[in-house]
Amino acid sequence: MSGAPFAVGVFNVPNLRWLPVWQRNFLVWKKLAIPSLLGNLADPMLYMLGLGYGLGRLLPDVAGVPYLNFLAAGTIAYSVMNSATFETLYSAFSRMHVQKTWEAILNTPLGLTDVLLGEWLWATSKSLLSGLAILVVIWGLGLQADFLMSLGLVPVIVLTGLCFAGLGLAINAISPNYDFFLYYFTLAITPMVLLGGVFYPTSELPLWLKAAADWLPLTHAVQLARPLVLGQWPQDILWHSCVLAAYGLAGFWAACRLTRRRLLR
Amino acid sequence: MPVALSLKDLHKRYGAAEVVAGLNLELVAGTCHGLLGPNGAGKTTTLRLALGLIEADAGQIALLGHALPQEASTARARVGVVPQADSLDPDFTVRENLMVFGRYFGLSRRAIEARLPMLLEFAGLAGKAEAKIGALSGGMKRRLTLARALVNDPDVIFLDEPTTGLDPQARHLIWQGLRKLTGQGKTLLLTTHFMEEAERLCDRISIIDRGRVIAEGAPRELIQHHVEPGVVEIYGEDIEAWCDRLAERYCRRCEKVGETLFCYTAEPQALIAALDGMPHLRYLHRPANLEDVFLKLTGRDLRD
Repeated sequence: MSGAPFAVGVFNVPNLRWLPVWQRNFLVWKKLAIPSLLGNLADPMLYMLGLGYGLGRLLPDVAGVPYLNFLAAGTIAYSVMNSATFETLYSAFSRMHVQKTWEAILNTPLGLTDVLLGEWLWATSKSLLSGLAILVVIWGLGLQADFLMSLGLVPVIVLTGLCFAGLGLAINAISPNYDFFLYYFTLAITPMVLLGGVFYPTSELPLWLKAAADWLPLTHAVQLARPLVLGQWPQDILWHSCVLAAYGLAGFWAACRLTRRRLLR
Repeated sequence: MPVALSLKDLHKRYGAAEVVAGLNLELVAGTCHGLLGPNGAGKTTTLRLALGLIEADAGQIALLGHALPQEASTARARVGVVPQADSLDPDFTVRENLMVFGRYFGLSRRAIEARLPMLLEFAGLAGKAEAKIGALSGGMKRRLTLARALVNDPDVIFLDEPTTGLDPQARHLIWQGLRKLTGQGKTLLLTTHFMEEAERLCDRISIIDRGRVIAEGAPRELIQHHVEPGVVEIYGEDIEAWCDRLAERYCRRCEKVGETLFCYTAEPQALIAALDGMPHLRYLHRPANLEDVFLKLTGRDLRD
């Protein structure tokens, strides 16, 4: 058997070269699918139900709806962000740095862009699953105002996943070790969770802080997701989508540059 | 003779250090070619250049008729690599490692499955297809890495220190595998620190130091050309004094390393007779080997 491998399968479509990398991660995930899904679900569920019911009892309606309903969209955005971030930081770092999986792949016809594209889309897929899991809970509890409109959350989840997976890969590229990720969590992820409108409308913030929050990608994800849960079309759909896409693309571009410098020089 | 890999006047600089400094190499198809050199001589950088993973500052690279790095992807489809560091997928079984790796070459599931029994057999892992990587010994892992490099039925195989860290038994099994591959007409490029390994396996050897080839030839030729046919190694308490008084009288060239004196000579009889009269010195008379060539050409100082 010495035929040219390029003649077969997915490589006929040059832009599907990332697929074997995605498939590799999927195969690993499949082995641990149940605990992985539970892990994705448990944390955001506890936030949503604990705060939603516990704190919600003490609060008047927020933005015209019970607090639990208000919190639902924020939980989706937060959960998708977390899932994409963890996958591109800890898991991708293991593959790149500890297991040398990427280096092994680079010895095959695949290039670094194929590897990173596979990782980017894989992390997005995983975060889609996390987002969908929360969405199913929302449906189960009947928190959505309009079922059809809540389906609009699916593209929002994908876009949010692409955004944070791209950013995460860029951070991964410059990280010397696992401890480095704490900076990213402390300086980027935690401020986004607390200021991005997950738990309260950003309009409650003082003006200077709201202005800062408007720069955070999670703020834009929440502003797309919340109206869709509450049965309204989001305002400025194009603007919010463009900001998320811009962060994601900039992150992915930086990841390609920085990882090349790290592994292939 | 068709050339599988040709490197012409290759240069690669990292900051102030020129790691590859005008390196030339021709890898003849169907042969095993050894790259020997002390740590930091530029072996691994040369391999990475030859795979099109990094770009040279100057020079030309042709791998299986493809200009690198422009056509690296096409060329690598016909190449297998056994890297220095273990990069098997710990989340997978032996079988899954091979299946997943085959997909990176665009091979269909059926094509890889058809090769699977042969690959497992080659690696001596026929009964271990479902074993987890963590359950394999060091030797098994290396053999699996070698089998993984064959998943695409490559014409050329790059091996970066394939037996480092293995025990002698495991090393012999790898050697057996490599000889089988040359028997099948595969082309091998091998880096190693084991001179015995290079002497046994390689048709040709390039000794590299400071980024360029300082000697090249068949192992026998290199030994004949660069060192005297016999070596007497002498060790014992009085070696310093003996060295000063007598060494030059009995041998053409001698070098002291640690507590051992290496005397290179074509006529050892007189030296051995003299040594027999000095019971406090122990000695070993042996034919010269590749290690003597290597140490003569690259020096005896420690490289870190």
